[in-house]
Amino acid sequence: MRLEPAGEAEACAQIRTLARERMPVRIEGGGTRQAIGRPIQTAATLSSHKLAGITLYEPAEMVVAARAGTPLAELDAALAAKGQMLPFEPPDYRALLGSAGEPTVGGVVAGNLSGPRRIAAGACRDALIGLRFVDGRGELMRTGGRVMKNVTGLDLAKLLCGSWGTLAFLVEATFKVLPRPEAELTLLFEGLPEDRAIALLCAAMGTPYPPSAAAHLPAGVGGTRPRTLLRLEGFAEAIGYRADRLAERLFEYGRCERLEGAASAALWRAIRDVEPLAEPRERAIWRLSLPPRRGAEAVARIRAERACEVLYDWSGGLVWLATEEEEDAGCGLVRSTAAALGGHAMLVRGSRELRLRIPPFHPPAERVRALEAQLQKTFDPLGLFDPGLRAAGI
Amino acid sequence: MTGIAFPAPDPRILARKAEIVAALRRLVSDPEDVIDDPVELAPYETDAFTAYRRLPLAVVLPRSTAEASRVLAYLAREGVKVVPRGAGTSLAGGAIPLEDSVVIGVARMNRVLAIDPLNRTARVEAGITNLAITNAVAEHGFFYAPDPSSQLACTLAGNIAMNSGGAHCLKYGVTTNNLLGVTLVLVDGSVVELGGEALDAPGYDLVGLVCGSEGQLGIVTEAVVRILPQPEGARPVLLAFPSSEAAGACVAEIIAAGILPVAIEFMDNPAIRICEAFAKAGYPVEAAAMLIVEVEGSDREIDAELARITQIARRHGVTTIKESRSATETAQIWKGRKSAFGATGRIADYICMDGTIPTGRLPEVLRRMEEIVRGYGLRVANVFHAGDGNLHPLILYDVNDPEQAARAEAAGADILKLCVEVGGCLTGEHGVGIEKRDLMRHQFTDAELALQASVRRVFDPTEILNPGKVFPLDLRAAA
Ligand SMILES: Cc1cc2nc3c(=O)[nH]c(=O)nc-3n(C[C@H](O)[C@H](O)[C@H](O)COP(=O)(O)OP(=O)(O)OC[C@H]3O[C@@H](n4cnc5c(N)ncnc54)[C@H](O)[C@@H]3O)c2cc1C
Repeated sequence: MRLEPAGEAEACAQIRTLARERMPVRIEGGGTRQAIGRPIQTAATLSSHKLAGITLYEPAEMVVAARAGTPLAELDAALAAKGQMLPFEPPDYRALLGSAGEPTVGGVVAGNLSGPRRIAAGACRDALIGLRFVDGRGELMRTGGRVMKNVTGLDLAKLLCGSWGTLAFLVEATFKVLPRPEAELTLLFEGLPEDRAIALLCAAMGTPYPPSAAAHLPAGVGGTRPRTLLRLEGFAEAIGYRADRLAERLFEYGRCERLEGAASAALWRAIRDVEPLAEPRERAIWRLSLPPRRGAEAVARIRAERACEVLYDWSGGLVWLATEEEEDAGCGLVRSTAAALGGHAMLVRGSRELRLRIPPFHPPAERVRALEAQLQKTFDPLGLFDPGLRAAGI
Repeated sequence: MTGIAFPAPDPRILARKAEIVAALRRLVSDPEDVIDDPVELAPYETDAFTAYRRLPLAVVLPRSTAEASRVLAYLAREGVKVVPRGAGTSLAGGAIPLEDSVVIGVARMNRVLAIDPLNRTARVEAGITNLAITNAVAEHGFFYAPDPSSQLACTLAGNIAMNSGGAHCLKYGVTTNNLLGVTLVLVDGSVVELGGEALDAPGYDLVGLVCGSEGQLGIVTEAVVRILPQPEGARPVLLAFPSSEAAGACVAEIIAAGILPVAIEFMDNPAIRICEAFAKAGYPVEAAAMLIVEVEGSDREIDAELARITQIARRHGVTTIKESRSATETAQIWKGRKSAFGATGRIADYICMDGTIPTGRLPEVLRRMEEIVRGYGLRVANVFHAGDGNLHPLILYDVNDPEQAARAEAAGADILKLCVEVGGCLTGEHGVGIEKRDLMRHQFTDAELALQASVRRVFDPTEILNPGKVFPLDLRAAA
């Protein structure tokens, strides 16, 4: 059965029916990330497809609201028309996951998905200022609002952002937005080994000229030579100045080239969407979140025991790692390495069998797991929403 | 003021004071860290919401997470209410004790544990003051961005509990946007590490949930914060306008032009006069409204941005433009604004409201606020963060006149209802505490409040942490 409510009242009514019949559902936005998480089977799907459209846009207040099923592309176009953008550069994982469909506002919020600009401008959860959602009893709830500063009551938006549909059905999200930068410029350093590259990125992020993105592509990942990249954004004349200062400060790392306009944008789009690692398809893809300066160290430890290809974003704090699926895709090694260095790892792409065998989401500490399970019960007492997606049994 | 009710103290707990104090003394390393003498307890009887006060049973000042855990576990087991406390600068009464409660203060846990410039993070104990973080990282060329005006005194623990903001949050965000991890002591004494030095944490965003939870989920003893590189420079410009409308329209156009200043502060005429009399900052006392707009970057960047800003201001009839030309002038311009609360306190008692509104409604809300307060026979002065619509109307009254005090409280409530009515909220950065507790139903439905209350009970099933705050006392628990 497929449910496609066209309004909030209808969504509430349908969820009340599901609750009465104790019928769990798979929640779906654009359907582009259905292969993330533990494979689950439900008799019904609840889609935000018909809950679409921008409901509020006040450019002078830097705030926009859209219903959960709104295609991101539509939102982005509306913002671009007024010279603005979502600060967190939402990624598009269709190439990576080999999926079709349209990424939606609700899907991005559910995954707290954030692109390269996250290192400088915050994640999706930081831009999200309000949410409307339906809980597992079929009640419409609101948290936050449409103003940028709001500490009234518990910040449930944070909890829902990144909950992957396991707490509630999102119906509308409100974001703060930023002016779209007038220009961008990328400094490109070639030939650095990974540890030097991450050192460069971290040093650059600590200067008074902080880049809006900092990434490293090792040799063979999207190009033949290793490339270390810093993106500057802003008014054209300001970024020219900052680029000069940065190049001076980073002199010890060698000379750098400058990429502007479309060339720079295309490169960052590819990094955002993890395109260089998309092929070959059969490889598993891990997403490691680490203290940025530990990025290269984590990879070196893993590589010592297992073949892999990587891409570094967020100044080293986000490592995309592709490896063969054999032996549980290195789950134990990847997770223990990440954890030992203060991070965690999520399996973003893997075969159905693999995702059944190992938990795709990083298992939390025991006490935290207990809190999470109880939180889930609080929002969704009957366990209707995406049961078992995050971990078996909850 | 007496309008806000407190839960009645439990006589059985009051009767056990000596026994509880003795037990607490056994749990801490230095018995002096438990205060029970009424005279020594007096500084803890209220916070910056001074109209209300209650002497707690005792105060404990643990020196480590382990001590805090032992103390909290004991109190929870014995069913004794606990009020977490930082520096007691809450303007919402968030740290006001109950007579049958024990205050757990983190002020003695104030060390910097690690500074990691490459990672742009600092790990600190939560009792450290806000400004001490910036001071500690300054030698590495960094600062901690959220800067409440109380930053000299207030603790990071309080900032986390209230999700505090500051003058510069237009660009850098508030506490929640600069917080990566917390060490949280739960009521059963277990200690959980949420988040850390990485940019996100696995599972639900519990760091985000704890931030702004007003001391009701656990005791925060340590935190990892994001630190940022100091800009090359920063400079404010002071702009005076013949009307609040003109100043409001100027703010809207600055933002629409794609300029993102680090701060846009607004003061109306009464506030300008009060601050000028106090700080001699050279403010234009005839102006109806004034903006302080600060931008940062290199000298050239600053010149270019200020040129754009003043050009916009000219289109809105700006009457005075005063660009800072030196560090002294910058300090001078900010001095008036930063001392606004103190200066106001010298001429009258005041209550400081903290609602947020959509900035597009600014002129209308300013006019209606003035009408509301005048209707109660009182005066109001306005200083606030204009870029994000977070208002701080100061309602002036005489604290020794109970009838005037009641009118001030009523005017404040009307103003906050107005904020909600126009699409805003009750509190932008000070928190709900006891002050706005009974207004929560103007912003949330009972079902929404019940959901929040059940989230709270996941962490604290018997509601012993900071009871009587945030949620209306008669809120019925959700099934
Ligand atoms: C003159 C003045 C100016 C101010 N300016 C600003 C401003 O610009 N921006 C702003 O946002 N606020 C401002 N405030 C309000 C206040 O300073 C903030 O709310 C601040 O964060 C409170 O910190 P504190 O250490 O004093 O906390 P307290 O007042 O002691 O406590 C505040 C809340 O935090 C809880 N709490 C304290 N410690 C812990 C802990 N360890 N674990 C869990 N919960 C805890 C308490 O229970 C209470 O609910 C101002 C206040 C004053 C007096």
